Amino acid sequence: MNAAQPILQIKDLYKRFNISGDFLDQLKFEGGKIVRKQEHVHAINGVSFDVMPGEALCVVGESGCGKSTVARTVMGLLKPSGGSIHYKGDRIDSLSDRALLPYRQKMQMIFQNPYASLNPRKTINQTLEEPVRFHNPQMSNTEVADKVKEVMFDVGIDPSWGVRFPHEFSGGQRQRISIARALTLDPEFVVADEPISALDVSIQAQVLNLMMKAQEEHNLTYLFITHDLSVVEHFGTRVAVMYLGTLCELAPTKTLFATPKHPYTQALLSAIPRLEDNAPSHIRLQGEVPTPVNLPSGCVFHGRCPHANERCKVEIPELIACDDGSKVACHGIEEGRL
Amino acid sequence: MSSDVLAPAAAPSRWQRFKDSQLVHSFSRDKLAMVSFTIFVLYLLAALLAPLIAPYNPYDPSAIDIMDSEIPPAWQEEADERFALGTDAQGRDMLSTMLYGTRISLMIGICAVMLQMFLGVMIGLTAGYFGGRIDSFLMRLADIQLSFSTMMVAIVVLAVFQAAFGAELYADLAIFMLILVIGIAEWPQYARTVRASVLAEKHKEYVDAARVMGFKSSRIMWRHILPNTLSPILVISTVQVANAIISEASLSFLGLGMPVSQPSLGSLISSGFEYIFSGSWWITVIPGIVLVVLVLVMNLLGDWLRDVLNPKLYKG
Repeated sequence: MNAAQPILQIKDLYKRFNISGDFLDQLKFEGGKIVRKQEHVHAINGVSFDVMPGEALCVVGESGCGKSTVARTVMGLLKPSGGSIHYKGDRIDSLSDRALLPYRQKMQMIFQNPYASLNPRKTINQTLEEPVRFHNPQMSNTEVADKVKEVMFDVGIDPSWGVRFPHEFSGGQRQRISIARALTLDPEFVVADEPISALDVSIQAQVLNLMMKAQEEHNLTYLFITHDLSVVEHFGTRVAVMYLGTLCELAPTKTLFATPKHPYTQALLSAIPRLEDNAPSHIRLQGEVPTPVNLPSGCVFHGRCPHANERCKVEIPELIACDDGSKVACHGIEEGRL
Repeated sequence: MSSDVLAPAAAPSRWQRFKDSQLVHSFSRDKLAMVSFTIFVLYLLAALLAPLIAPYNPYDPSAIDIMDSEIPPAWQEEADERFALGTDAQGRDMLSTMLYGTRISLMIGICAVMLQMFLGVMIGLTAGYFGGRIDSFLMRLADIQLSFSTMMVAIVVLAVFQAAFGAELYADLAIFMLILVIGIAEWPQYARTVRASVLAEKHKEYVDAARVMGFKSSRIMWRHILPNTLSPILVISTVQVANAIISEASLSFLGLGMPVSQPSLGSLISSGFEYIFSGSWWITVIPGIVLVVLVLVMNLLGDWLRDVLNPKLYKG
């Protein structure tokens, strides 16, 4: 495998959720006729990006912009409505559960809520041993126990606590156990869906450092979903900014924080509280995020963008590569007016 | 390596954990639960040990003398010291007959509930986990089943069986028929409860985590979701056993339950009913009290269990 091959490739991914209920609910009486009407939430609209081996790609955006849906679609928890997902060149979004098994071992996920992501009726040992046994049926009991001990030691959980149940642990400890569960299968690629947002601030740093340590030791690649920009600055190699199910900007972390290009990214970054001066320097966006049920035509951001013109209202912008390695989807940048 | 890792304590054993659990804690403080549980255990022991502790064998026709019929209990005037609780119309010792009857009633109740639980858990788990069309189909099936009352289904099935195959064959198979009919008629209770819990559980992240690991649906359903739906199943089971015992008693009272030669509590009550106005009240009343106490105790235990297992009702 050459180093330039992306570990994960997402091409033109779409995900719609039907919200119109069952067949009878879909029938509406309009203009003297009964018509069948279906409504969809457009959670992801044509997102494409590559994740390179060894990097930590952070996906940021406000609530409801489709970050978690991207993560869950990549992991196969949701079926995409359109587009494709490739893992090291193999297409994985159309595979059956059985055919996916070898990839399951390579791709793991860390969840947001450490209070819900561990089965309350299983001891820590049971939770950690089950995936090892399932994927390595040839392993003996001692081998399985050794593997679990090793992983628990790695994440800073005393192996003698394995006989306890999840409710006997704190949030930070549980998130460590979740990380341990993902690491038991020696994955190459880990999707982390807001892994620290449910934790106390003092614990967040510990868990982040643990994840960075795991990245070094196990040579992991992360797809890191978050809404915390300071975490991104600390953790990410590259950043993808999402707005209303579309990708606005994809850039190396330093470039993005130094010179944000997309008007939405600029507004987002200006919202980070700074200590330098007292002046409220943040850009105020007008209006609300449009509903993902009826997407705006053209650029999804045009209704709130101070630089929008007629072209933005009709034509959907494409991701365009800039000289400094970033990619931006904005007509203004393309035309050179921004 | 970090501050939220505390010094490890010795792992408590399974028994120790059970002893420290809230269930035992609440039990040791609730006198009603303790009394109910003691009485229920006594019933269970009496039922299990009936052949050993009963003074006579009510199933042995040679041990029964018709001349002993309708002897009142020991504290009445014309009592016979051989029969502490008197005899029924056929001269059987009431105490022995009731011990055997309790055995049959409890067996029918528990077996019928096991059948209900098996059907209900299978159907509820499938409906809740897969959702969509399967869910709609199975739940409409449950609605249809619920719209026939248990008694109606039981009366029709048992009466047809009795008419088609004769009373003799029916007498041999009565216990299985009762278990089957009561078991099949009440499965929607379980199916609905299990489905509701599964719907709540299946969106939790530990289920997603199991799916990400690549586990099969059946493994996730049985090993991950089902153990988390056990408390409501436990609660309705106690009430359902009581219900099944009552159903069996009512059917027996209507002449569709256990035959007179192997009476359950219900058929004993029914057989004494004809004699109640001729003064032999004990044939009906004593088994009646035994049945009422059994059902009451089970309902009280069910109530207590529901309070304990539902943290929203936690009373401290």
